[in-house]
Amino acid sequence: MSTDETTQASAAQQSEASPGIIFEGVVKRFGDHTVLNELNFHVGKGERVTLIGPSGSGKTTILRLLMTLEHLTGGYIYVDGEPLTHKKENGKRVELRAKQVAQTRKRIGMVFQQFNLFPNMSVMENIIEAPIHVLGKSKEEARGRAQQLLDQVGLGDRGDAHPTQLSGGQQQRVAIARALAMDPEIILLDEVTSALDPELVGDVLNVLRDLAATTDITMLIVTHEMQFAQDVSDRVLMFDGGKIIEDAKPDVMFSNPSNERTKEFLRAVL
Amino acid sequence: MLAAIFDWNLAVEAFPQLLVAFLKVTLLVTVVASLLSIILGLVWAIGLRQLPAWLGWPLRLFLDFVRMTPIPVQLLFVFYGVVVFRPRVDALIIGVIVFGVHYSTYMAESYRAGIESIRSGQWEAATALSLPATRTWRAVILPQAIRNTLPSLGNWTIAMFKDTPYLIFIHVAEMVTRAREFGGMKFSYIESFTIAGLIFLAASYPTAVLMRKLEKKLEY
Ligand SMILES: Nc1ncnc2c1ncn2[C@@H]1O[C@H](COP(=O)(O)OP(=O)(O)OP(=O)(O)O)[C@@H](O)[C@H]1O
Ligand SMILES: [Mg+2]
Repeated sequence: MSTDETTQASAAQQSEASPGIIFEGVVKRFGDHTVLNELNFHVGKGERVTLIGPSGSGKTTILRLLMTLEHLTGGYIYVDGEPLTHKKENGKRVELRAKQVAQTRKRIGMVFQQFNLFPNMSVMENIIEAPIHVLGKSKEEARGRAQQLLDQVGLGDRGDAHPTQLSGGQQQRVAIARALAMDPEIILLDEVTSALDPELVGDVLNVLRDLAATTDITMLIVTHEMQFAQDVSDRVLMFDGGKIIEDAKPDVMFSNPSNERTKEFLRAVL
Repeated sequence: MLAAIFDWNLAVEAFPQLLVAFLKVTLLVTVVASLLSIILGLVWAIGLRQLPAWLGWPLRLFLDFVRMTPIPVQLLFVFYGVVVFRPRVDALIIGVIVFGVHYSTYMAESYRAGIESIRSGQWEAATALSLPATRTWRAVILPQAIRNTLPSLGNWTIAMFKDTPYLIFIHVAEMVTRAREFGGMKFSYIESFTIAGLIFLAASYPTAVLMRKLEKKLEY
């Protein structure tokens, strides 16, 4: 067996054993512009998968579909075996009701490129808002957990600050803590360091490395930080034109890719 | 020279009458109607964004209609419409409702602009945290939107203040009408109108200061 086949086999095994995320025939169109056409892929439970590919290849769209921020044009997405927005019923494609969607969505958290903290709330309030009003935690419980998370991201003493008083890197770490406060099984990270000054990138990546090392949370990552991707990923998917053109372990993908387009892309970004 | 045109005795005589008219009509209508329009305007603005299309467009049509027809016409129309069924209706109540609904359509526009100024990332973060719609509005969107909207809500309230003389169309005499009557009776208008103007000013100024204080309080 070639390295490539081994990788594919292990990935398939992993996702069949415990499918964290399944994309099945996913189609996404904006108007008449087809971004994803019949896309299929699995991410195993606890797996860390990085999506790479040229601008406009649909990486963000994939994460936004999972977070239900975009409407799924065709196909199905499953999270832990549950249909996310559409299900098959008697061979028909049926859209789920908002309540059901919300139920599955709770398992997923997302960190955005632009942080998107709520500027009218303190750091602490940002983090405890959803645990209190979505998970139904008591204020004390939520605060305790939030403090723990703030310590974890190195901002234990900034709970009373407002987002505008923090640097970009600090805001992004708060956003990570806010997502983690919901105890998601899956976390989506879309270029979370792209909006940061270079000297602030390291702290954020260290927080994520730490997260990868100490939890079994499933991570779906879009990043231009190739060293980081190589360090934390179990698998890297190379996208082009809305298709996966290469699926490999990071050491293979970054040192010895088989696809010409991948080679070309990596030469340009590395 | 001034004394020749401005009769202080007349001014002193006019003052208590005008003050009573101001408190009992102008201020009452403005305060109650602006509260009504501040609440209704918010309801409209949220409705326009949240309602399904088949309910959204009739609402939009209604709001445009109310905004684009003049207040005196609305006052007359509603007043005589209601009188048919309830001959003893208090015209002041009609006035409050018409002013409240009319200005709510302007306020809805202001709220809408404030809501649209919120970046889409705020909505998306709320979705990503699975916040229910009520919580998204209450805790995330409105605190930010209203902060942007407040100055124009204040301006609409002051505009309403200045429209209250239209109440005479439904036979409610507020302060400016009283000032004109007083002036007509005494063959000199300047005293009563000066007093009316000063009363207006004395009431608007603290309102403006209060609004500024409130804006400060909503800062973060
Ligand atoms: N809301 C939208 N309306 C129309 N077209 C869109 C929209 N969002 C994305 N697209 C298009 O979909 C395609 C994929 O976009 P997407 O943002 O997923 O790419 P990406 O791989 O994340 O790119 P980048 O590396 O630049 O972030 C692009 O051609 C983009 O123009
Ligand atoms: Mg992108």
